[in-house]
Amino acid sequence: MGSITLKNVSKVFGVHAVIPSIDLDIDDGEFVVFVGPSGCGKSTLLRLIAGLEDVSGGEIVIDGKNATDLPPAKRGLSMVFQSYALYPHMSVRGNIAFPLKMAGEEKAVIDKKVADAARVLNLADYLDRKPRQLSGGQRQRVAIGRAIVRQPEAFLFDEPLSNLDAALRVNMRLEISQLHQQLKTTMIYVTHDQVEAMTMADKIVVLNRGRIEQVGSPLELYHRPDNLFVAGFIGSPKMNLVAGAPAAMHQAHTIGVRPEHLVLSKERGTWRGTVGVAEHLGSDTFLHVNADGIGTMTARVSGDFPVTHGDQVFLTPDPQRVHRFDDKGMAIR
Amino acid sequence: MATLHTRSAARLMIAPSVLLLLAWMIVPLAMTIYFSLLRYNLLMPGMEEFAGLSNYTYFLTDPAFFQAIFNTLAIVLGVLFITVVGGIGLALLLDQPMFGQGIVRILVIAPFLIMPTVAALVWKNMFMNPVNGIFAWLAKLFGLQPFDFLANAPLFSIIIIVAWQWLPFATLILLTALQSLDEEQKEAAQMDGAGASSRFIYLILPHLSRAITVVILIQTIFLLSVFAEILVTTNGGPGTQSTNLTFLVYAQALLQFDVGGASAGGIIAVILANIVAFFLMRMIGKTLEA
Repeated sequence: MGSITLKNVSKVFGVHAVIPSIDLDIDDGEFVVFVGPSGCGKSTLLRLIAGLEDVSGGEIVIDGKNATDLPPAKRGLSMVFQSYALYPHMSVRGNIAFPLKMAGEEKAVIDKKVADAARVLNLADYLDRKPRQLSGGQRQRVAIGRAIVRQPEAFLFDEPLSNLDAALRVNMRLEISQLHQQLKTTMIYVTHDQVEAMTMADKIVVLNRGRIEQVGSPLELYHRPDNLFVAGFIGSPKMNLVAGAPAAMHQAHTIGVRPEHLVLSKERGTWRGTVGVAEHLGSDTFLHVNADGIGTMTARVSGDFPVTHGDQVFLTPDPQRVHRFDDKGMAIR
Repeated sequence: MATLHTRSAARLMIAPSVLLLLAWMIVPLAMTIYFSLLRYNLLMPGMEEFAGLSNYTYFLTDPAFFQAIFNTLAIVLGVLFITVVGGIGLALLLDQPMFGQGIVRILVIAPFLIMPTVAALVWKNMFMNPVNGIFAWLAKLFGLQPFDFLANAPLFSIIIIVAWQWLPFATLILLTALQSLDEEQKEAAQMDGAGASSRFIYLILPHLSRAITVVILIQTIFLLSVFAEILVTTNGGPGTQSTNLTFLVYAQALLQFDVGGASAGGIIAVILANIVAFFLMRMIGKTLEA
């Protein structure tokens, strides 16, 4: 059904190679998240798959058929845009029905499918409103509704939650995950937010400067990052990266220790430092410690650890969970 | 501005300008109404006498009056049709990325900057002239009889000339509206399977509706009073075939020296313009609110 394969796909704007060359396999029914810092080419990659941009080289295979030169409408994909891109002069019903109308469906069929989509997305009460009379979350749902009525091979989401406030974002994240459970359709989701990536994905594709840094399940990327970039990008707060003498002790160029893998003590430990800022979240406390001769390190301790600004503490990394990297930034295993 | 005191102070402050504006408008109107009730001919100075409504009866029963009403409407509707349809087409073309876009856009705007009399003379002498005009030359090139536009199709010729002048205005307004259309909406329509024509009908045209309304409103105001183009090309003729209401009033006052009759015509023109404005605002108010 909705499997997508990219073979050696590249994209060049003028002289600037945004995507040098990418190979990627996406299985049917997978929830794949493209994640990376802004300008890493993740949106461009999505637009290449959608057919909104032409590839400069390579091949895109959708559902076993070569779709490289097919127009967007013929690829059997639906897209949800960052700005929602609803048609402002049409009612919610008109918006959701539009792709069916363009496909030349019969009126009765359209009405039924629109009603179904509206029920799934809790939009039944708003069908006759215009987009401007809806809240951000409702608009988002209309955009998703417009995408699902076509029953596409795969959904493409281009940073769909970035225009929503924090609380709504968490909600919609859940709704999109639930929708994926219900429909079991392939979904490709672009975001720069690694929390969205970690919570929603079956498979995460980490992109940097148009290259794939690593592909894997969220926990794979978390526990076994292939390189420094992935190590630094996945996880919040970020992994502590230490180069020089402390790393040499572990026979590595750089070592990485996640904040939750640092043991804190007031009496003894490997590295000594003073507490700069303590962020109390209640359940946890994030400590920014100025370690002597190393620099600032972030440590995560339980919420009842008694510590304030200026206290002297000792940090000890969990030796089992130290990530080691060579001088090219690649993981040593 | 909520207390009684500030409100009355505000009224006092505004009063001078309101009075000035009122006088500015009321005095000419009152004088025109007064003249329209007189038998007032410039050839017979000092012989003015009260004539009642006979000027109105005379003007309204003049066969030229109905011709003029028809011509006025034909010019307004004809030019509106050409400029709106042509403007949308040109705007769509100019919105495409192309080489020398900036220069082409300036060239398109050029006709709007040319004075009406000059534009009309250029058209009359260089394009439509049956001997020296470029259309005549083209006709002869194909071995056809040159067509004397201004003599045989005067109203049509004037519509063409005026439309040529107003096309840039419509194009400009519609182009800016077109450029404000969200790119993602177009892409969404593309993903939804809408072809170029469907995108035009369901996305671009509704997006342009407000701009089209503005074009129609502004142009109607100016097109009701087209004058220079008629004066320098056909002089309202042959006969009254290209006389519109404005030109008829002019002819009455300055060719027949009948100030009374012209004033009556002026008042009728004001009333007709108000009727048009009333319907226009009702039609357009809805689009602008939405």
